[in-house]
Amino acid sequence: MSIGSTPLRFRVTIDPDRCMNCGRCIENCSYGVYRMEDEKIRINSRNCVACHRCLAFCPRDAIEIEEKPGDYRSHPVWTREIREAVFNQAKTGKIISGGMGNALPWPIIFDRLVLDACQVTNPSIDPLREPMELRTYIGKKPSSLSVRERPGKDVELLTKLSPNLQIETPIMIGHMSYGAISLPAQQAMARAVHRIGTFMGTGEGGLHQSLYPYQKNMIVQVASGRFGVDIDYLERGAAIEIKIGQGAKPGIGGHLPGEKVCADVACTRMIPEGSDAISPAPHHDIYSIEDLKQLVHGLKEATEWKKPVFVKIAAVHNAAAIAAGIARSGADAVVIDGFRGGTGSAPVVFRDHVGIPIEAAIASVDAKLRQQGIRNEVSLIASGGIRQSADVAKIICLGADAVYIGTSALVAMGCRVCGTCNRGMCAWGIATQKPELTKRLDPEINAVQVENLIHGWTLELGELMGAAGINSIESLRGNRDRLRGYMLDEGLLNVLDVKTVGA
Amino acid sequence: MKTLTIDAKDIHYTPLNQQIRAAIADGVKEITLNNILGQRFIGDGLRGDDVTITVNGVPGGDLAMFMSGPTIIVHGNADHAPGNTMDKGKVIIHGSAGDAVAHSMRGGRVYVRDSIGYRGGIHMKKYLEKRPILVVGGSARAFLGESMAGGLIIVLGLGDTKPIAEQGVGSGIHGGEIFVRGPVDKLCLGSGTKQAPVTEDERVMIRPIIEDYAKSFGIDPAPLVAADYTRIAAISARPFASKYTLE
Repeated sequence: MSIGSTPLRFRVTIDPDRCMNCGRCIENCSYGVYRMEDEKIRINSRNCVACHRCLAFCPRDAIEIEEKPGDYRSHPVWTREIREAVFNQAKTGKIISGGMGNALPWPIIFDRLVLDACQVTNPSIDPLREPMELRTYIGKKPSSLSVRERPGKDVELLTKLSPNLQIETPIMIGHMSYGAISLPAQQAMARAVHRIGTFMGTGEGGLHQSLYPYQKNMIVQVASGRFGVDIDYLERGAAIEIKIGQGAKPGIGGHLPGEKVCADVACTRMIPEGSDAISPAPHHDIYSIEDLKQLVHGLKEATEWKKPVFVKIAAVHNAAAIAAGIARSGADAVVIDGFRGGTGSAPVVFRDHVGIPIEAAIASVDAKLRQQGIRNEVSLIASGGIRQSADVAKIICLGADAVYIGTSALVAMGCRVCGTCNRGMCAWGIATQKPELTKRLDPEINAVQVENLIHGWTLELGELMGAAGINSIESLRGNRDRLRGYMLDEGLLNVLDVKTVGA
Repeated sequence: MKTLTIDAKDIHYTPLNQQIRAAIADGVKEITLNNILGQRFIGDGLRGDDVTITVNGVPGGDLAMFMSGPTIIVHGNADHAPGNTMDKGKVIIHGSAGDAVAHSMRGGRVYVRDSIGYRGGIHMKKYLEKRPILVVGGSARAFLGESMAGGLIIVLGLGDTKPIAEQGVGSGIHGGEIFVRGPVDKLCLGSGTKQAPVTEDERVMIRPIIEDYAKSFGIDPAPLVAADYTRIAAISARPFASKYTLE
């Protein structure tokens, strides 16, 4: 007996009184929901992923998309998603892959943390009237300085300083490769970070020629597949990031299917067109912290010690001990990618179940590095599930120097978080390589949107700091006294080193 | 032609590489490094198509990493991963080399006179005219050509040891090809691989490479060119294509 059809995930309806048969929905839907038949728009709701492209471009607000119009018998254990996963695998016998980030309703620690503000005993600061220092330096800081007095009153710095990245706001855009996302999407973000004075990552997809004008704001990535990596690429980046792991799929490699490897992606990644780009799970020249040190030094030596080298790991159980090892490898920054981090594609079982939240990971890494007296050796970059300026403020209080955003930058370009990035049919032109779809993005318009988002968050961050009587990001960093936990258990409060509300 | 000899005794790799870079910038075409003892990253990220560096001694790991152009001749053994992510140029090792030789190499050639360690040629890849080539005179240990995406590996099995006697050869291979002199026990093959005797066309293709290799070490190419080879390649260029179902 066949399993048969499952209930619709979305039901699309068009209000006939409002519809003027213009067909924009047909043009815009890349998933094949709409078609014209007998001069009438027909609907196949089963193809709908709720990306809202049709709804956004319907001039008459005639389209309605309803989620789960018909459901199964409700059950707390056998949820709809669980049942459909069983059906899927019973039919196919395969690994289920999905896009975006963790889709399970895990509690969000950020939403159980509250920030502080001044009242009476210390004055708050108005960022409109007073300078608010958000500039951040990413890289090693010396544990001490030695100086020599020169004749006269001048002094000479004897300590050799390591290269640092100067960012005007502690918000950067993380690594999303050309291949996972489209070139116009990368171009838009590159323009945005260039104007703001921050940085974005290339991902493991090489650096497309059209991004060379923004290369001083790009962090080039070296991952296990070494795609697009040669000496020119390393020299172009402002910094180099070794990707060990990713929050959406800790412990496994990446696999860009041949369909997404068009001529341009092939050129940037330096692999044949149409071939699978397979990144192995580990770097096969890194099987230990000592080997990691070897690659960190190898990259520094190749670029004559002019660039900071970051190491990115997924937030896993022993992230603190691993980060302490990385801090001793010569790396200049550790990026921790929490289990809510996004992805172009990942096995759902990894995306939803492997790794730990960024809040706990950053707090424990920061604590471990301070305990060992090596916190100055690396900057900490938090990534994976940063949704708003409040999250930025909170994670900095927990010990991060800066954040990487990913999904929020895509949402700023129109992404509706439909979670089908892995299908390569993104109607917004973001997670696709189909030219008819990628041309829907305008690098300039979308650059302004991304710039606006980061600008808005930066203003809010300044306001939050001012309200707390803090005028420099340095004073917010690791300042757990400015956080209180609301309905968090004692174990987690201890990990975060945060007091409960009221205490 | 401008030449330079550096006595590398007790010199750390960074100042050593700085001297090499400065010499190349100054127009030096032949550089000899004497008393090399474990210095890592020699030639790391170095450019210069017409530059030859002779290494007398035993270099440390990641020799010629990210290198793009020069030729490095080593009179001695090399540590792990010579030719790591190398782009262009040539590395000729008069001795043996450690693990992960030619790791992720994308162009140029690595010739090893004797044997190599584990994971040789792992994840080598090819793009257009860039085709990495690794030739090993002796034997290779387990996981030769693992995850290989493109390029060419030849193992000649000269000397007393079998060219391939361990498992995992070509495990996860999805491009490129491995030629081994003589038969290969199928127990040595990794998953996703197939083997077949060399064809006439393939023999013609590898012949100039074998001749160039033999010339580099002053050995007679004739018996190597005439020998029987086994070709190991991927069953599928897309081993993961049918692994996933959509959410």
